[in-house]
Amino acid sequence: MFSDLMLNAWGSASIVAIVAGVVGFFIVLRGSAFAAHALPNGAFAGAAGASLIGVDAIVGLAVFSVLGALTIAGLGRRARHDVATALVIVLMLGLGSLFLSMATEYAPEIYSLLFGEVLGVSSSELVPIAVIGVVCIAAVFLVYRPLLFSSVMPEVAEARGVGRGRMEVVFLLVVALTTTMAVPVVGALLIFSLLISPAAAARSFTDRPFTAMGLSVLIALGTVWSAIALAYLSNLPIGFFVGSIGAGTYAVGRGWSAWRRNRRSSRRTGQTRPRPAQVQTS
Amino acid sequence: MQGRAATGSDEILAVDGISVTLSGREILRDVTFHINAGEFTGLIGSNGAGKTTLLRVILGLISPSAGTVRVEGGLRRQPLIGYVPQRITLDPDMPLRARDLVGLGIDGQRFGLPLPSPTRRKQVDEMLEAVDATRFAESRVGNLSGGEQQRILIAHALISRPRLLLLDEPLANLDIGSEQEVVDLLARIARDQRIAVLISTHDMNPLLPVMDRIVYIANGRIATGTTAEVVSSESLTKLYGVHVDVIHVHNRILVVAGRREEALQHGDTESIVELM
Repeated sequence: MFSDLMLNAWGSASIVAIVAGVVGFFIVLRGSAFAAHALPNGAFAGAAGASLIGVDAIVGLAVFSVLGALTIAGLGRRARHDVATALVIVLMLGLGSLFLSMATEYAPEIYSLLFGEVLGVSSSELVPIAVIGVVCIAAVFLVYRPLLFSSVMPEVAEARGVGRGRMEVVFLLVVALTTTMAVPVVGALLIFSLLISPAAAARSFTDRPFTAMGLSVLIALGTVWSAIALAYLSNLPIGFFVGSIGAGTYAVGRGWSAWRRNRRSSRRTGQTRPRPAQVQTS
Repeated sequence: MQGRAATGSDEILAVDGISVTLSGREILRDVTFHINAGEFTGLIGSNGAGKTTLLRVILGLISPSAGTVRVEGGLRRQPLIGYVPQRITLDPDMPLRARDLVGLGIDGQRFGLPLPSPTRRKQVDEMLEAVDATRFAESRVGNLSGGEQQRILIAHALISRPRLLLLDEPLANLDIGSEQEVVDLLARIARDQRIAVLISTHDMNPLLPVMDRIVYIANGRIATGTTAEVVSSESLTKLYGVHVDVIHVHNRILVVAGRREEALQHGDTESIVELM
């Protein structure tokens, strides 16, 4: 389980998990789950196109995800954000099907772009993954405060000089880079899962934003590590484990916060208002 | 500084001849009023009258088609203004404490990670104390009641030490008790810290005891002065362009448009409309 080949798998998957935990915190906070779904899936078309013209897949991923991010940000300013995002993913998937129909050999490679090839990451691939990962985290840390401000209260932030549109572009570019780095390792479908579930679960365990981000990283690492180990031992697909562990941590988080809320309100009975979850609609 | 010298008073906000046209529709026409330090001003108008547009012009988020806005004699510089927008929805699932939201008012616009510092913490503590929010400083903002959230948002806006505090419908969705608390808090802040407070609302009644000045907005134009000057049948009839009655009931004011001629013709009392 810890052979040389597997070390690349552990390393690359860990980098992806750390970045996904950090970026995912803001995806969940901003309600950008749809964009986090659209960019990896659209970028997959870029990889298909790249293999068609004989370029490295990562170049195709980068070009498509960055163009997708800029289009979503640009269109989202004028129209509804979800519609803009949907149009981007529709267009990119259309191109993807065109590229696939033109390619001669594709089945295993394309399959790996959707579900990743964490066991097939080579040492030479590890370097660009690590570099892009560091860039993503540095970018998020650099804009942490204005991005948090703009995500929580966009209008007030704008009045203080933090442009809503600017923050959106910066953030979507970070998601695009995360996509570029993560798709070859865990695939378009699993990066979506890693961007959402750890960050969503982390919100239940702490009230502090930066702690939640750290916790999101830890949960992402735990998810990826146990998924690799279980997949290795059971010979079942890794995607199954990433998906179900992700959903499981979220369920545990909700359960934990419900328990904490009940304990708190029973401690100071009479003082508390009914919580939204407990209000009966009749 | 020039503006101050010219008037010789503590003028904080000067809105001169502002007109705004948004997608071909004229929202505001030739709006002019001035506000001094420590003054509590109510921006009164029904929904859709242009109150939010006017606040957004003052904030520099909308460019007017004509006119100028000056804040404290200088050019419009953002940190001089604290802003509490209308209907903020704070997600209860969001990991953000009341204290974190107030802290964003200090340095939310700056790059980098928030580094813990005793000075910053003390500043936040003092501000929370000032708006009487120490009790729920560690709670999630999304779990607080409307009145508690409003106090946190006011603390957020005040911690950057602005000269002018703008609040857009801060009393909407508050129960009567918290409504009174928020109004008293704002009046105290205006008086003690010599901050000019401009607060928009569709119901002027909660503000009547504390308002120094009123800016009444209707049909894209405004009438300004003291409450007694502006809220009279004569001045509001001129502003609305239809006959308006101002009725005083138990220290409350009702503004009623009665289209008398039509009502008499049709025997229709329904066409008497309560405006405010």
